[in-house]
Amino acid sequence: MLAALIIVFREVFEAGLIIGIVLAVTGSVPHRNRWIGGGVLAGALAACLVAAFAGALSRLFAGMGQELFNASILGIAVVMLTWHNVWMAQHGREMAGEMRAIGKAVADGTKSLLALAVVVGVAVLREGSEVALFLYGVVTSDGGSASSLAIGGAIGLALGAGVCLLTYFGLMRIPPRPLFATTTALITLLAAGMAAQAVAFLERANWLTSLDTVVWDSTWLLSETSIGGRALHTLIGYTDQPTQMQLLAYVAVLVGTFMLMRLSGSQHSHRAVAAG
Amino acid sequence: MLNTMKKFPFAAVCAITMLSASPSSAQQAIEIQVSYSSGQFQPSEVRAPADKPITFRVKNLDGKAMEFESKSLRVEKVVAANSEGVINVRALKPGRYEFYDDFNEKARGALTVQ
Repeated sequence: MLAALIIVFREVFEAGLIIGIVLAVTGSVPHRNRWIGGGVLAGALAACLVAAFAGALSRLFAGMGQELFNASILGIAVVMLTWHNVWMAQHGREMAGEMRAIGKAVADGTKSLLALAVVVGVAVLREGSEVALFLYGVVTSDGGSASSLAIGGAIGLALGAGVCLLTYFGLMRIPPRPLFATTTALITLLAAGMAAQAVAFLERANWLTSLDTVVWDSTWLLSETSIGGRALHTLIGYTDQPTQMQLLAYVAVLVGTFMLMRLSGSQHSHRAVAAG
Repeated sequence: MLNTMKKFPFAAVCAITMLSASPSSAQQAIEIQVSYSSGQFQPSEVRAPADKPITFRVKNLDGKAMEFESKSLRVEKVVAANSEGVINVRALKPGRYEFYDDFNEKARGALTVQ
């Protein structure tokens, strides 16, 4: 039972963190629960599908289907997160200024919510497919231990939801203005970390072989598999043995997001000046 | 080009991938076959030469999925029931590298690199 609890918790932990952040980011947006809930549901359904076809998926691309699938969905998440940040740079001030022009912001907000719902869906899909496979294996194996393993799995799931709530309420303690800066930074780091992870999957698939020298090994300091390492891995993309290409992708996303945000932010203020 | 790269880092990464690497251009990998049944690796001790990339072929003969994982090899791969998983490992320094089934940590094995 404890083993099942640990396995399930480890998988849902990352999704829990991400959903918590997304909930905090969308704190003031109406109907956000519908979108985020939809993302979770779609992700869970997709996870079951992926689990059901895991064998077929991994046979694709000369046995590298899983890796390429993971790299692709991480890529989608990176694009969505970056797009959300750029959108917020454009409209964030209106929303932080509260109520002002909120009607327009709400209409546009749905687009940004869709992007974040996709991110949530991807997070649930990635972690969920392993949970589904594991629990399916449990259910099909001998009956006696199955129920206790299922209970362990359920507790693990509940603990993951706890991580999500903890992240959310922790972030919501921050007052609105610094919260906006905090979540922007969090989302950017999240995206950069996911890009580095996508690179790792491409490297494992041997699709990416240039610049694959490991730059440092900080396993002795903080192992990626420890709970702290896992949290940092999700939040800022910490890797104990990053390759040059991973670092490059990481920095590229950080710089790219920064540039795009400045660009769209300044465009917006130009427009505001012209209109005023 | 630089601007495009900043705008679409992932696309840029993909472009670099296509330019620089095809699976066949990688150094010829050493293949290691391991089967997994009744919650055990067979064989559980395998060997490989140092400084050569390695490809694990893990055949899961059990009726449920397993996850081939190793912290030191930096691999983590779900192998569905009754199917085979292919896992690439970069060239390694001599040493002992343990692997296990993440869904059943009693199932363990090790790769000795010389």
